[in-house]
Amino acid sequence: MHAPDGFLTAGTAVATGAISSGALGVALRRGRQTLADRQIPLAGIAAAFIFAAQMFNFPVVAGTTGHLLGGALAAILLGPSMGAVVVSIVVLVQALGFADGGLTALGYNVLNMAIVTAFGGYGVFVLARKVMPRNAGGVVAASGLAALASVVLSSMAFSLEWLFGASAPVPFDTVFGAMVGVHVLIGIGEAVLTAMAVGAVLAARPDLVHGAKDLSRAQLREGPKVSTRAFVLGGLLVTVLMATVVSQFAAGDPDGLESVATDTGFADTGQDHAFSGGLFADYATNGIGNEQVSLAVAGAAGVALTLAVGGGVMAAVRAGRKDPDPVVRPSEPERAEA
Amino acid sequence: MGAGHAHALHVHGHSPVHRLAPEAKVAAAFSFVAAVALTPPEAVWAFAVDAAALIGVIRVAGLSPRFVASRASVVLPFIAFAAFIPFIGTGEQVTVLGMSLSAEGLVAARTIVFKAVMGATTSVVLAATTEVPAIMTGLSRLRVPAIITTIATFMIRYLEVLAGELSRMRTAMTARGHNPKWLWQAKPIANGAGALFIRSYERGERVHAAMLSRGFTGEMPALGHRRAEARDWLTALILPSVSFSLLVVALVIT
Repeated sequence: MHAPDGFLTAGTAVATGAISSGALGVALRRGRQTLADRQIPLAGIAAAFIFAAQMFNFPVVAGTTGHLLGGALAAILLGPSMGAVVVSIVVLVQALGFADGGLTALGYNVLNMAIVTAFGGYGVFVLARKVMPRNAGGVVAASGLAALASVVLSSMAFSLEWLFGASAPVPFDTVFGAMVGVHVLIGIGEAVLTAMAVGAVLAARPDLVHGAKDLSRAQLREGPKVSTRAFVLGGLLVTVLMATVVSQFAAGDPDGLESVATDTGFADTGQDHAFSGGLFADYATNGIGNEQVSLAVAGAAGVALTLAVGGGVMAAVRAGRKDPDPVVRPSEPERAEA
Repeated sequence: MGAGHAHALHVHGHSPVHRLAPEAKVAAAFSFVAAVALTPPEAVWAFAVDAAALIGVIRVAGLSPRFVASRASVVLPFIAFAAFIPFIGTGEQVTVLGMSLSAEGLVAARTIVFKAVMGATTSVVLAATTEVPAIMTGLSRLRVPAIITTIATFMIRYLEVLAGELSRMRTAMTARGHNPKWLWQAKPIANGAGALFIRSYERGERVHAAMLSRGFTGEMPALGHRRAEARDWLTALILPSVSFSLLVVALVIT
């Protein structure tokens, strides 16, 4: 997911850079009162934790491994604002100190991997919490859903950026189908690991889980334990549902590509646009043949993204109003019974 | 993507590139890459001169080409993606070795690969010649908010500690026969992640208490990295000035 330099057009890099800086500014201001003093070492060590979490190789299938991305995990454990700040810093340091991700690609890399995953993931987490039982199992299940959604939303964000700033004549729906398809699979691992990691923290130090601050000790204890196997199966079910929906869009018109390819006259006129670098440069060329599908997918993806990310930001702001110190709690051995 | 990031890329040295003040180097790296990224795809000659200039910097920095190439290989997944573009790209088709490829896609793939490799190589050179805390000092002198650079500095300081803790946990798990093959066997790993988070958080609280007792006021004392003088800026700007002149020429003649 660490996109290199020149992967999207300059306009997109600048626009996403502005969005990322703005979102990061909001997240920092939201966390300002808590970040002021004591949060700095904590945030730094939390960032080191997310960095280290990306070294957690977990088995996937027949011994192959994947690793955590951690956006949703950070948001659930630390709160969306702190989560977004911490993951942004991880992405920044990876680009500068580890050559992972382009320098001029920082705008969209921070947006896709930190802002969208933290706020989008937290938005889904808050929504899922509303339908889940108010106990540890509910929080764990909501964490899994949020983690899956965060990875998928991130790939949707990338595809949308591709729609506006593609650097190659590959149609939006192809990129969307491939990116989202692959990331649904990556999201399964992310979901399982995130849910179980949140579960582990809940069992030992529930006061450290920002997303479960509204639950009392008694509520955390009650309810049936969800077995790992049941959890993985449930996750798979959700994923298959999502994949079905996505493939509807992705494979909707397989001969659309071929029809464009043979239609060289049209493509020639489109060539200048493809490299002109404007925000809407590829709109026309990419859409040929299945413009409706492209626009519908783009629209749906945009709405879903906006809802989830907006929901996360709203949750962050609301939580802040209720509780002036949402992230840091002194380690209380026993939480007050609500 | 790919494996973890256990170690920063810094290579100890005393070359002119190593000695440059960090803010000048960071600014130079960003502007060089920006100019390369903006160069139009048709200007192959401009890309060639950019690459030559960057190779010159690698020589001056005394970095081994093999080291730079192996570290720049983090872009490989995206190069793999770029390799698909000619096959799935739209537009005029050309026949290469009996395969029908998109002409536009070929140009785009070439450009993506080139820009990605140049960007990654520049980052490797920056990271190899500048210690990460120095990069952070450079960033804060370039007006990046202090809160971001301070948190990042802390993160770097504790990264090795947490990575060490992680590897000890792994050793312990392996010693107890943990050898998972499938996703549903990942529970101990997730428990490990949870345990690492709790340990990290508690360490953060202890570190904060220790810092307060030593008079921490919320601001970190400035680290002793040399400030950029006019000479640093002039030296550092050689590389981006090459790419920017090429960019201007390429834009004028195409």
